[in-house]
Amino acid sequence: MTTRIGIEVSIAVADAVQLCNADVVAAYPITPQTHIVEHLAELVANGELDAEYIPVESEHSAMSACLGSAATGARTFTATSSQGLVLMDEVLFVASGMRLPIVMAVANRALSSPLSIWGDHSDVMSVRDTGWIQIFVENGQQAVDNTICAFRIAEDNRVLLPTMIHLDGFNLTHVIEPIIMPEESEVAKFLPPNKFPLPLNPDKPVAMGSFAAPGIFIEAKWAQEQNMKASKKVIMEVWNEFYKAFGRQYLPVEKYKSDGAKVLILTMGSFSETASVAVDELIDEGKDVGQVRLRLWRPFPFDEFRQAVKDADVLVVLDRAVSVGGPAGPVASEVKSALYNLAKKPKVVSFIAGLGGRDITVKGFKDIITKGIEIARTGSKNEYEIYGVRE
Amino acid sequence: MAKSEGEMTWKDLEIGCIVTEPGSARKYQSGTWRSQRPTYNFNRCIKCGLCSIFCPEGCIGQNKEGNFEADLYYCKGCGICAKECWTKVITMVEEEEK
Repeated sequence: MTTRIGIEVSIAVADAVQLCNADVVAAYPITPQTHIVEHLAELVANGELDAEYIPVESEHSAMSACLGSAATGARTFTATSSQGLVLMDEVLFVASGMRLPIVMAVANRALSSPLSIWGDHSDVMSVRDTGWIQIFVENGQQAVDNTICAFRIAEDNRVLLPTMIHLDGFNLTHVIEPIIMPEESEVAKFLPPNKFPLPLNPDKPVAMGSFAAPGIFIEAKWAQEQNMKASKKVIMEVWNEFYKAFGRQYLPVEKYKSDGAKVLILTMGSFSETASVAVDELIDEGKDVGQVRLRLWRPFPFDEFRQAVKDADVLVVLDRAVSVGGPAGPVASEVKSALYNLAKKPKVVSFIAGLGGRDITVKGFKDIITKGIEIARTGSKNEYEIYGVRE
Repeated sequence: MAKSEGEMTWKDLEIGCIVTEPGSARKYQSGTWRSQRPTYNFNRCIKCGLCSIFCPEGCIGQNKEGNFEADLYYCKGCGICAKECWTKVITMVEEEEK
């Protein structure tokens, strides 16, 4: 019997890692991720989780220790945020290139400078091309569920890719939500043991992370790309299995009242729920609007995304990061690329808002959508609009 | 690695490019990097082996006469052996020259 309990989302994520029976946690604390690894340290210290907890001196070392751990076939978890994530950057590419199934929770937070501990997606966007599977969650339940799914996805021998779960800093990590924690026995049934096919083993030596000359490097990168593309099928299969076992469904692109709507707002992360309320209110006011949420950021779900927006005339895209001097918000840029060669496509209006912890209220989303409709009609000299800046 | 590097497709690679064959780096032909190659006047060789000590590639060994000579499969043509040889046995020549 599973019951709904009131629990801080960070603690729930740590408990989910315990349910998955992780073998190694190597981590360094950083706000707003700290509670996740702090609670894992407690669980290990109290003997409630039989794992090796490696306290390291930096995030670069945390990810490096995770490489070694995952290479032995141990179930490996870490978590970080913002500056910690970019300090790991070098090693993130190594993890994906070496196909090591590490799971990492990322508490999304702005990058300095100016220094900010509050949430936005500039940290995510800076690691976009690291070759990790990247999943966005919108609430505590999704964070727990997808942490469990992430181990199964990452460790599936058809995938073997490190996986990030993006949860918004503070808006998710520090709130207490009603969450159904799955039973340990149910998780054990859902999540088979980690069987890395070629682990470090003194009886059968292998060399990992080796050099590739120009004659083989491009083949190695292409293998990685093919593998990432193919992972989408497995991700959907795992989510489907999860739905069958636990009754909660996840999809690469999730739709909210979007079928047939002429105006859509596209969101990622915890602000999606606020946007849904705005959509409800606009519908009540007689507007023809709906919402599309991108859950799977990498691999980008091209087919599902195109299908979800095919009947719309206007697609308003919310970005919580700036590509300084660039064409639009990073999500809007990708969305435009995904649509550009289609004969029939919605007009894309890029909005940047909610940087460094600035809230976007229901009224804010209504303003963004209303302005987006206007801009789609009249055009704009701007590559993107910024919402909420005092001028 | 049944196939040579030039024949391998992306499908032939192990997961994450893991190397399962011990000593496979031995097959890597760094000699193709060379623009100059060493030539030898072994009449002058005193078999001191200094060239083999200085060779950064570690590709100089003794031939059956006991003279020190680079293995051109690996030699990158850096010329350090020619520079260090006391008795001027070694002359570097452009690869295009016969």
